[in-house]
Amino acid sequence: MTRVEMTVDGEPCEHEVEPRLLLVHYLRDVLEKTGTNIGCDTSNCGACTVHLDGRSVKSCTVLAVQADGSQVDTVEGLAGPSSDGDETDGWHPLQKAFHTEHGLQCGYCTPGMIMAAKDLLEENPDPDETEVREGLEGNLCRCTGYVNIVKAVRTAAAELREGASS
Amino acid sequence: MTAVDTPTTSNVGTTKLRKEDAHLVTGRTQWTDNIQLTGMLHVAVVRSPMAHARVTKVDVSAALEQPGVVAAFSGADLADQWAGGLPCAWPVTEDMQSPTHLPIATDEVRHVGDAVAVVVADSRYGAADATEFIDVEYEPLTAVVDMEAALADGSPLTDTQLDTNRSFTWQKIDGDVDAAFGSAAHVVERRFINQRLIPTAIEPRAVVCAPPREHREYTMWSATQVPHILRLMLALTCGVPEHELRVIAPDVGGGFGSKLNVYAEEAICLVLAKRLGKPIKWTESRSEGYQATIHGRDQIQDVALAFNEDHTLRGMKVELHADMGAYLQLVTPGVPLLGAFMFNAIYKMDALSFTCHGVLTNKTPTDAYRGAGRPEATYAIERLMDEAANELGVEPFELRERNWIKHEEFPYTTVAGIEYDSGNYEAATAKAKELFDYDGLRAEQQRRREQGDKVQLGIGISTFTEMCGLAPSRVLGSLSYGAGGWEHASVRMLPSGKVEVITGTSPHGQGHVTSWSQIAADALGIPFEDIEVRHGDTAVAHKGMDTYGSRSLVVGGYAVQVACDKVVAKAKRVAAHLLEAAEDDLEFDAGTFQVKGSPDANTSMQDVALAIFAAHDYPEDMEPSLDSDATVDPENFSYPHGTHLCATEVDTETGAVTIRSYVAVDDVGTVINPQIVEGQVHGGLAQGIAQALYEEAVYDAEGQLKTGSLLDYFVPAAPDLPHFTTDRTETPATTNPLGVKGVGEAGTIASTPAVINAVVDALRPMGVNDVLMPASPQNVWNAIQAAAPADGGAA
Ligand code: FES
Ligand code: FES
Repeated sequence: MTRVEMTVDGEPCEHEVEPRLLLVHYLRDVLEKTGTNIGCDTSNCGACTVHLDGRSVKSCTVLAVQADGSQVDTVEGLAGPSSDGDETDGWHPLQKAFHTEHGLQCGYCTPGMIMAAKDLLEENPDPDETEVREGLEGNLCRCTGYVNIVKAVRTAAAELREGASS
Repeated sequence: MTAVDTPTTSNVGTTKLRKEDAHLVTGRTQWTDNIQLTGMLHVAVVRSPMAHARVTKVDVSAALEQPGVVAAFSGADLADQWAGGLPCAWPVTEDMQSPTHLPIATDEVRHVGDAVAVVVADSRYGAADATEFIDVEYEPLTAVVDMEAALADGSPLTDTQLDTNRSFTWQKIDGDVDAAFGSAAHVVERRFINQRLIPTAIEPRAVVCAPPREHREYTMWSATQVPHILRLMLALTCGVPEHELRVIAPDVGGGFGSKLNVYAEEAICLVLAKRLGKPIKWTESRSEGYQATIHGRDQIQDVALAFNEDHTLRGMKVELHADMGAYLQLVTPGVPLLGAFMFNAIYKMDALSFTCHGVLTNKTPTDAYRGAGRPEATYAIERLMDEAANELGVEPFELRERNWIKHEEFPYTTVAGIEYDSGNYEAATAKAKELFDYDGLRAEQQRRREQGDKVQLGIGISTFTEMCGLAPSRVLGSLSYGAGGWEHASVRMLPSGKVEVITGTSPHGQGHVTSWSQIAADALGIPFEDIEVRHGDTAVAHKGMDTYGSRSLVVGGYAVQVACDKVVAKAKRVAAHLLEAAEDDLEFDAGTFQVKGSPDANTSMQDVALAIFAAHDYPEDMEPSLDSDATVDPENFSYPHGTHLCATEVDTETGAVTIRSYVAVDDVGTVINPQIVEGQVHGGLAQGIAQALYEEAVYDAEGQLKTGSLLDYFVPAAPDLPHFTTDRTETPATTNPLGVKGVGEAGTIASTPAVINAVVDALRPMGVNDVLMPASPQNVWNAIQAAAPADGGAA
């Protein structure tokens, strides 16, 4: 067993783990942070995407011990506090846009999609349709056909740009 | 239906953002694999690496020595736990051959992935590790892989307990086929292959089963589309009384048919919970699922059309070989038979013969995959209409229009004997052609053909209909289906004026909570926000037939409407009593009962709900409750239709295909929520296009699955798919009061032939008349080479 320490969604945590434990299993089974999903065993689907020190990674391809000392951010830490009444107030523009543009159906791919899209928008704040599609190449969705995901990401991008300039 | 005043429809027909989304975008989800229970144990399944073998030894003793391992069982160890094999609910013929399907094989394995043993440990990793210590010995048997060879005399057998690989031959003949073909001026014949597909819902399957605690009941959570069917079938399979089993489908991450089943692992978890007295969890890995979760399609289609001199369609002959795989799962044999009603599609003809050979092979079982039988039929007829147009030298739309049912001919009884209630193929086609710029693209295609461009433009048409909304119980019975097709809803009026709608459908991405809220909001005149929809738990929704076959809205939504109508009828009596008016003098609109002509004499639905809760003053001849149930059983299926157009750019040197534009005009009758409907179409298109261009489950001659993970099985990502242009025409259904038609499968059914027709159309000048699916560069290039004149041209 190996000791790991990291900050997950702003909370410090510390555990003894097996060296082979995948980060995604650490999040889901040890921390019970089940917002991050698993959709494959070949690092193809992207359902497990989180941010490791600010960059998106597939958490099924990272060992928990490799994340030692890092900051991990998942979809669960994305929303800010909401004013009373409407919880959507505090949502990240990507969460809002996936909702308003119907960028999710079953929602299983959504946490990974949103985290991958967040990284994409940090790199490229104004992607065109092709750039969004290519930027999300590592994330599979079986429900939406991607059209509304692309729309959602571009809608969120516009909101984020507006927020940045105002 | 109860007669009530026509309510104001302010919710139905408008886009309401989904109530489902909040927990999904924030990660506060309840997927089955999220569930952790005190004392929970994990099960891992040892699976056969061989397609067909005798199991000569299973020794679990070394596994039991491994750290954290609590138990391990061979198939023989648990053989006495099953009251029967895993069920097939659709015995299509009386003499149908069905291999015995125990959840864990005892002496013979019949496909790669067949379970042979299980290990139970206190951790996920521990259980997986211990599988390595289970010693299984196999004596290989010949694997049967090819469907046609499987039916040849002397073929090795898929199952040594049977004496044939033919599960069934099912036939339906309508009209005088010999006369139609005998006197035809033109016959167009083809063989098409509908390849095997893997549904790949992004949430893998998972099961948790807890033994009884304070109650006597077992509780099972499963990533399933069918909690109600599962409960009944597990009760029959595992000998647990139905009333002592509660099944919950929590958040479910897509299904597409793959979760419309009763699986070995569900039975295993129940039996292990019973045996060990502890909660048991199993979650499949993707690669495991590719062997253990059903596949779809897999048909060889020999089809022919007969035409008169004037291009009027006379008849159709269909002979199918449908690969069942190694076992008959829940509805495996019935899937291809749905095609018996669909090969004729939107066309009028005098005769149709349909023969289907269901063939057993040593492969993962097939079963319903989005569209189930109807994509296969639609593919064949729409491909064949294009081939016929080419052979007859007419424009493909002209041939279709000559033969399709005209809008003024509805309702129309088809050659297959079912009645299409409504439709307007002319309107959908006109709209699609305009959005697509059909004439402009044809002109460009002509130019590029003349210039001999390296990259050719192809235009593909699919004018489809389908039969969905699996309902009419009598019809399903006449097809030997093992259950009815009704659906149930309850409406509970709470004293505070809020409403609970309980539905027997079991959504897993389709947005029923939102759409059912819209229906109930309009029917009851209660705000959308004040309605909660509950589903997917047999203890809450006690009655239901679940979600598949694009049935939920047309049957389940209909049930919600009828239950609401009953509430309104009861409330009206109470309102009349409270207002001291005659019931006939009341009108109901937007949640208010008002005495006609006296605007001040009124009361609201909420006030009536409170009054009946208090029950101090209500009509003597009624019970103090507005709550209502409805079980509806529509008399007909639902027949959405549409026109899809696809433009492809095909590189004649490399075989690469790119979709340049895709237009889908669907007619799904009245629309409850346009955004949700559009989303359903998009998702369907993606899966249908994926069949056309990317996906194929490949087995080698030994029955090994060559596409055993997402590395080898090509599920398209965002860059692999185009933008879709979607629009609608709206011809209401006449078979339900909402006017709705199913939409869940339409996109998948329509799109595959549109894409392949476009690819073939691009290559037509090179003599190409077919391309195998998926139209990968390799398959396209092969088609070009095969068509090239022998003396030149071949690269
Ligand atoms: S679970 Fe990590 S990529 Fe699929
Ligand atoms: S919404 Fe279901 S997989 Fe993307």
